[in-house]
Amino acid sequence: MENASTTAAGPRGAQSLHRFANPGRFLRLTDRWLPWLSGAALLVLGTGVVWALAFAPPDWQQGETVRILFVHVPMAWLAMGGYLGLAILSLMALIWRHPLADLSARELAPVGAAVTALCLITGSLWGRPMWGTWWVWDARLTSVLVLFFLYLGHIALVRAFDDPERGARMGAILALVGVVNLPIVKFSVDWWNTLHQPASVTRLDAPAMHVDILYPLLWCTLGFMLAFMAIVLAATRAAVMERRVRALQMAAARRADRPAADPGLETARA
Amino acid sequence: MTRKRRRLYVLLLCGLGLGTATALTLTAFQDNLVFFRSPSDIMAQTPPEGRAFRLGGLVETGSVVREGTYQDRPAIHFRVTDGAHTIAVVYTGVLPDLFREGQGVVTQGILGPDGVFRAQEVLARHDETYMPPEVADALRRAGHWDPAAGAPPPAAQWNTLNPAAASSFPAPPLPPGGGS
Repeated sequence: MENASTTAAGPRGAQSLHRFANPGRFLRLTDRWLPWLSGAALLVLGTGVVWALAFAPPDWQQGETVRILFVHVPMAWLAMGGYLGLAILSLMALIWRHPLADLSARELAPVGAAVTALCLITGSLWGRPMWGTWWVWDARLTSVLVLFFLYLGHIALVRAFDDPERGARMGAILALVGVVNLPIVKFSVDWWNTLHQPASVTRLDAPAMHVDILYPLLWCTLGFMLAFMAIVLAATRAAVMERRVRALQMAAARRADRPAADPGLETARA
Repeated sequence: MTRKRRRLYVLLLCGLGLGTATALTLTAFQDNLVFFRSPSDIMAQTPPEGRAFRLGGLVETGSVVREGTYQDRPAIHFRVTDGAHTIAVVYTGVLPDLFREGQGVVTQGILGPDGVFRAQEVLARHDETYMPPEVADALRRAGHWDPAAGAPPPAAQWNTLNPAAASSFPAPPLPPGGGS
């Protein structure tokens, strides 16, 4: 919006944004990106799994159980990052009415919910031997459970209306309201005392994690992030194509309904 | 354009209102959102007799004693401290893997009239540090850290320490000036 050199169709910034919202261009572009993204995700995750499970050292007191962290922490970060993405898409959908933002938000939510569920499950598996309990209602665990329910609510709400556009708008509002939960998840361990430990990596002074554990963790995080993006992108592509197929079928059905009602119009269009 | 701008402002205003409401609510319920209370909190404000609550802090160095019985089963005695105050705890049952002297714990139970906390549940609290066994050993041998005495030294001193070099004996000195 900064470069205010207006063209006939409006401000250039808005136009360049709309260029990405064009479903045809989106399909063409992502057709080229997706194989690279998927390949990179597989490569990073493949090496990351070997690094984390075979070469990273155990923790001095947690022993081998520390390896759960290589899944748990990326899932926790992705759960929050994914929700932030959902909120940004919802904002774009509400303000600029991008149909593509609606579609990708609809496709992102189930992946985000799966990631959050994995975060909760792996955390529980770690908590049982280390803390001595599967679950406690402390601020961190509870706020992440709320995050999971926000994802589930979005999934249900978006699909609850006959008119998909109406559902998308309701879902976008829910996603934006839920954003207040993100700082609560992040800072719950600092604002209140919790059973969950405070941040080890994303803090102001040096990471409280030895580099031999930290580097494979960051590598795994990159791998899971690429995989997340590839899955959401592939799902959005599928949704765009589905919508196209449905539009074509509707058009065909409409044409079949009134066969050659207006041959003049048909020839004019061809 | 103006309609888009208006929608943006409406959303910003809603966000501001919602954020303020949430912040006020969380501040109002501050006391109920804490998971446990420290010995100092208990000293400042003793909970009503017979009321269960969670007590959290570090297991005091040299305080863990396994002797006698509690509820007809082997008893474990230890003291929970936050530096300023200390509360004695008695418990029977399985302790989590991470339980040790110098470790954070959260126990749930009732404070007895004799000032001993009768725990029904003991959970270990992991701190935010992760280090390979060799690095922990090196810190211990060099006298930089006694795990039974509490938290490890600042992470900048050890988080790039080479474990292979650290496992050789005698212990190499830590990198000067907090390492890098």
